[in-house]
Amino acid sequence: MSEHERPDRQPGDSPPAGEVVAELDELCVWFPTPAGVVRAVDGVSLRVRRGETLGLVGESGSGKSTTGLALLRLVDPTSGTVRVAGQEVTGWSRRRLRALRRRVAMVFQDPQASLDPRLTVGSSIAEPLIVHRLTGGTAARRRRVEELLDMVGLRRDLADRHPHELSGGQRQRVGIARALAGEPDLIVLDEPIASLDLSVQAQIMNLLRGLQRDLRLTYVFIAHDLAAVEHMSDRMAVMYLGRIVESGTPAQVWRQPAHPYTAALLSAIPVADPQVERQRRRIILSGDIPSPVDPPTGCRFRTRCPQARPECAATDPVLAEVAAGHRAACLFAGDAVRAMRAS
Amino acid sequence: MSDAAVLAVTDLTVTIGTRRGPARAVAGVDWSVRAGETLALVGESGSGKSMSVLAATGLAPRAARVTGQVRLLGTDFTASSPDRRRRMRGRHVGFVFQDPMTSLNPVLTVGRQVAEAGEEHLGLTRRAARARAVELLDLVGIPSAAQRVDAYPHQFSGGMRQRVVIAMALACEPDLLIADEPTTALDVTTQAQIVELVADLQRRLGTAVVWITHDLGVVAGIADTVAVMYAGRILEQGPVDAVFGQPAHPYTTALLAARPDPAAGGGDLVTIAGAPPSPLALPAGCAFWPRCPVRGDARCEHELPPLRPVSTRHHVRTFYPQHADGRAGHE
Ligand SMILES: Nc1ncnc2c1ncn2[C@@H]1O[C@H](COP(=O)(O)OP(=O)(O)OP(=O)(O)O)[C@@H](O)[C@H]1O
Ligand SMILES: Nc1ncnc2c1ncn2[C@@H]1O[C@H](COP(=O)(O)OP(=O)(O)OP(=O)(O)O)[C@@H](O)[C@H]1O
Ligand code: SF4
Ligand SMILES: [Mg+2]
Ligand SMILES: [Mg+2]
Repeated sequence: MSEHERPDRQPGDSPPAGEVVAELDELCVWFPTPAGVVRAVDGVSLRVRRGETLGLVGESGSGKSTTGLALLRLVDPTSGTVRVAGQEVTGWSRRRLRALRRRVAMVFQDPQASLDPRLTVGSSIAEPLIVHRLTGGTAARRRRVEELLDMVGLRRDLADRHPHELSGGQRQRVGIARALAGEPDLIVLDEPIASLDLSVQAQIMNLLRGLQRDLRLTYVFIAHDLAAVEHMSDRMAVMYLGRIVESGTPAQVWRQPAHPYTAALLSAIPVADPQVERQRRRIILSGDIPSPVDPPTGCRFRTRCPQARPECAATDPVLAEVAAGHRAACLFAGDAVRAMRAS
Repeated sequence: MSDAAVLAVTDLTVTIGTRRGPARAVAGVDWSVRAGETLALVGESGSGKSMSVLAATGLAPRAARVTGQVRLLGTDFTASSPDRRRRMRGRHVGFVFQDPMTSLNPVLTVGRQVAEAGEEHLGLTRRAARARAVELLDLVGIPSAAQRVDAYPHQFSGGMRQRVVIAMALACEPDLLIADEPTTALDVTTQAQIVELVADLQRRLGTAVVWITHDLGVVAGIADTVAVMYAGRILEQGPVDAVFGQPAHPYTTALLAARPDPAAGGGDLVTIAGAPPSPLALPAGCAFWPRCPVRGDARCEHELPPLRPVSTRHHVRTFYPQHADGRAGHE
């Protein structure tokens, strides 16, 4: 039995088999800019099932937020499809999309910027209830706001405060309450803990997991922080330059990374143990992420990959299964990582 | 305090006048760093990390009142004239901040900026300074430095810009490098490059480094000694192995436990209730008391615990030092 087993999760690859809540198929989101076309998302397919958390991790500019925004149709797909609750929403008009915004909610990184500074906490939380016409009169709305405050662990008297009177963690709780208001099928959490103090990050992660257990929520959890994604997710995907390069359960990705980029990412994460740090051998990647305007031919990671071979410039590797439920987009998946770790 | 210290601060206190009253940003902080050694200042946002190094190097904002003693290379820095302080800083201290663009001028070439740092403080000719700029850009790992020397900051990525800032900081051959969250805005793979670079330069040049971060993992990798700050005070301080291996303050213990640990399984994380206090309204006793999982007794609430040794170089500010097994004990 693996020491990695979790009390609330079966070992190996068995995500809770709920129905598919959201699905992307070969999604491309390209942005025309004066410097050329930015291929922010360039062929991403994924599936999120009810009650699970899909983690998205990757470096800055890899396309995580754009993928999240596509699920709310806050960006227009260049090609590919977006399906939510069984319906293809790719071509929906702005009018119809308003209904989608109730089905899919989003929580942003900076709770300061995502809340209207002029609105009280109570009005902020009531806003989606009004927009989506979810509660009858003022009294019912007030009760619902109080219920939402309770759910996210905020005192009811905070309803009369303004965002600047709250701490960062409290503001993020307001953001979560707003997202819960419409009882969405899916909540996209885009770096929800990145701007919070270390001691408050754990509070928010526990809150999100508790709410998920109680309300059977479905999350897409986006973060830079691999350890946080590992902790929060049932399945996770690693992005690089607009593509998913590896996906699987956190245990698979963390313990048996099959893509050289994942292996390098894992080896770069500092661990809060000086003895471990002193003995660690890092895989230091050279150079920077190439421009998404002009991604490398063949494998996109080849310009930084310590295991790149001539074939890698010619063939664009597909995301292929390396074990049940575990996929990697590398021509030499597994072998390349073994070679890297041995050298 | 050892005379070999490159920078030593004693009882450093910084109070900033604000519209809502005086904010005590730093309160009675002592630390020192020697040649070739790295001191890490770690703590959450607003704990006084930046303000303590700014005050120590004479860069506190005008509204700040700074008291205490600072010795830079054996000289009483606090008692020196502003002019002498500026010269000493320019000659002996290099700075790297979180956002490289705060240190870079967008309309000058990177070569010019690195060269200027050397010209001014080492009295190099323009030509020699340019050659030195190429050398330094090469040293910090800018590929084809001789060509890139005429590039502008916007033509570089975030990681490359931070390398340029490090080259500028090194241009005056400083005895002390102050790095305030130099990798916080960077991706982990780039962070690993920068950490490696600074460690390597330090080995070769013997520079003393004060590295500010909120990332305990980074501290574990770079520090010889560490000071854990909270609400303007040091709560725990000592060799990095002692502080991480046998944390004695309930705050340090809780902070180390609050991070998800992929090796430990996926149960709920240990949390610290509440949030850090405002510097405008600090509690009377131990500033951590309102959030402390130990919460010893009324004394914690009303009396400031002194910073006391738990072993020779390991100090902690609590009435209830934790034992190595995590139990709380009485002093
Ligand atoms: N509206 C836009 N117009 C042009 N380019 C864009 C736009 N939105 C995103 N991009 C670019 O698309 C790429 C992917 O951006 P995205 O924000 O999705 O990345 P990310 O993975 O969320 O990064 P981060 O971790 O920095 O938030 C980046 O190169 C970004 O500059
Ligand atoms: N110019 C200023 N005017 C008023 N208060 C200030 C000023 N600069 C800092 N402070 C206050 O002093 C305290 C210490 O700030 P400092 O910048 O040293 O924190 P820090 O530990 O570096 O935090 P961070 O991790 O956010 O950089 C904070 O409460 C801050 O609000
Ligand atoms: S396909 Fe080639 S370049 Fe790409 S990750 Fe695999 S080994 Fe590296
Ligand atoms: Mg993003
Ligand atoms: Mg700071």
